Amino acid sequence: MRSHSLRLSLAALFGLLACAATAAPQTVPDTLDQRLLGCATCHARVDARGNPVNDSFYPRLGGKPAGYLYHQLLNFRDGRRQYPVMTYLVDHLPDDYLKEIAQHFAAQPPTVLPAQPPGLSAAVLERGRQLVHDGDAARKIPACIACHGARLSGVQPNIPGLVGLPRDYVNAQFGAWRNKVRRAHAPDCMADITARLSLEDVAAVSGWLAAQPMPADPRPDESIARPLPMACGSAPEAR
Amino acid sequence: MKTLRFALLAIVVVVLAAAALAWPRAEHIPSSSPQSYALSTANIERGAYLARAGDCIACHTARGGVAYAGGRALETPFGRFYGPNLTPDKETGIGDWSADDFWNALHNGIAKDGRLLYPAFPYTNYTKVTRDDSDALFAYFRSLAPQRQPNRPHELGFPYDSQALLAGWRLLYFKPGVHAEQPARGVEWNRGAYLVEGLGHCSACHSTRNQFGANKNGLDGGLIPALGWYAPSLTSGSEAGLGDWDNEHIVALLGTGISPRGSATGPMAEVVARSLQHLTPDDLGAMASYLKSLPATPAPKPARVPPAGEQVLAEGGRIYAARCAQCHGDDGRGKLPAYPPLAGNRAVTLTPAVNSIRMTVNGGFPPGTKGNPRPYGMPPFGHELNDTQVAAVLSWVRTSWGNAAAPVTAVEVNRYRAVQGD
Repeated sequence: MRSHSLRLSLAALFGLLACAATAAPQTVPDTLDQRLLGCATCHARVDARGNPVNDSFYPRLGGKPAGYLYHQLLNFRDGRRQYPVMTYLVDHLPDDYLKEIAQHFAAQPPTVLPAQPPGLSAAVLERGRQLVHDGDAARKIPACIACHGARLSGVQPNIPGLVGLPRDYVNAQFGAWRNKVRRAHAPDCMADITARLSLEDVAAVSGWLAAQPMPADPRPDESIARPLPMACGSAPEAR
Repeated sequence: MKTLRFALLAIVVVVLAAAALAWPRAEHIPSSSPQSYALSTANIERGAYLARAGDCIACHTARGGVAYAGGRALETPFGRFYGPNLTPDKETGIGDWSADDFWNALHNGIAKDGRLLYPAFPYTNYTKVTRDDSDALFAYFRSLAPQRQPNRPHELGFPYDSQALLAGWRLLYFKPGVHAEQPARGVEWNRGAYLVEGLGHCSACHSTRNQFGANKNGLDGGLIPALGWYAPSLTSGSEAGLGDWDNEHIVALLGTGISPRGSATGPMAEVVARSLQHLTPDDLGAMASYLKSLPATPAPKPARVPPAGEQVLAEGGRIYAARCAQCHGDDGRGKLPAYPPLAGNRAVTLTPAVNSIRMTVNGGFPPGTKGNPRPYGMPPFGHELNDTQVAAVLSWVRTSWGNAAAPVTAVEVNRYRAVQGD
């Protein structure tokens, strides 16, 4: 009798297990975090201790202005920025989804990253600081802060921050503008500015920027004085 | 001596006569009436639909450029072709073409100025398109805003830049002819055949090309040489033959990019995004029926490749547990519809393993479509795993859960690591 009931309960148990094995596959969370796990392996890398990595190839995305991020996704898709894997990844995603992706990352808290030791002479750093804060009127180079904000943390909704970026990343972007492989919506103000900068200017600016600590609140400013010193297709004046 | 000369002459005459007989004649079928290419709403709408069925936009639009204004490069082993401008600009597009000129290009592979066209423009498929559909397409392209954009000349080296060579190629591999209905197979099958063999030009990728770039219009699969993706056989049960697929799963894959049995990736994601998602369920169903009806080709005998060593497989299993199992599951069954199964998934066990190498190294999203507008993505692992590690994890996946495919080597991974820009 006892062995019979044991057998029955064993059978029931196996029945349950079989049911579990054939049950519908586990559900996947319907969240953008889950849908965009593919972005994290590059843009949210952490080191062995769990600290965020500020990679020269893969900038962090959290907290950047949504319009800026959306434009970059379009630029990769439409060939105005060149990074084959990014183009391949976004190639067949509809505009609405790209906009949602941009808003998703814009809504995340920005990562506060440590400043990079500059390794440049004081004179070069001073040249960098001058260009960032004052520009060079004689060569029609506007100050970076005139558009990117006094704290250099960007301006909503379309202008990116400049602090917290690796020096090599900034150098690479100037190089791409110079070689006309990075473009933005016309008029392409950054392409025009890059054409006025010497290589020494670029090194001074990128070195100085990377050496700056991020502000305590690194979120982009809500607005900036208009009109901007140059017409910019990516951040047009209100009509 | 005299007889020899006579015999030689006779041979020459016979050869010339045979060539003349076999010469691919331009076949002229007149429009049913001028109404068939008039710029009427009905014609334009039908033409727009057919242009999507033909995925014309893929080659005739540069990245980020104006639709149908041409300029996209098509890399081939023979050189680089640029899709020309199809907008009705008089100087740079097809603004001064007639409906007959358009038909002559689509059906006979001959340009308005009489030049023979290269079969990079798949007129070997488009020749099956009816005159009525050709006229509707013409009406649609005529309705676009003219865009002044000069065509870029193809970049072909000798001897591929020769029209005489092209004439010889056509003699061997091209015969114009509209799709021949097979009434016994029913309306749906014929519609499917018309779309798959004609406008859909599936065989442009899904077939093996010979050393002259010709295919037999079969659907027996082939490596797309310049892209480095393998377009699997649509007739072999071990590749992408659809004999045992449910019709609705085929329609889902073609129409939305995802299905319970696998997702569209690589170049197929582009085909789904730009072309197939815009087709009606009826047309997708017809294509599915036709594809399912193709006679199955026997699976090739598995090559005798020694299995991967125990250490390699153990390493592969460790990588899988750490990087892949979260989405594809310890049991390889995936989590539908977001993450396709790897157990029993032929895209994973294909030989050559190029597609699974591509997916592991570059990741990717299925296409965003009306039916799946916010796809789940797979991360690229190319920057985190070296060639040996990718080979190990793929070798493990290809021999787990009942999968039984040859191991992948680090050399193969290295060959397919880079993404081609365009």
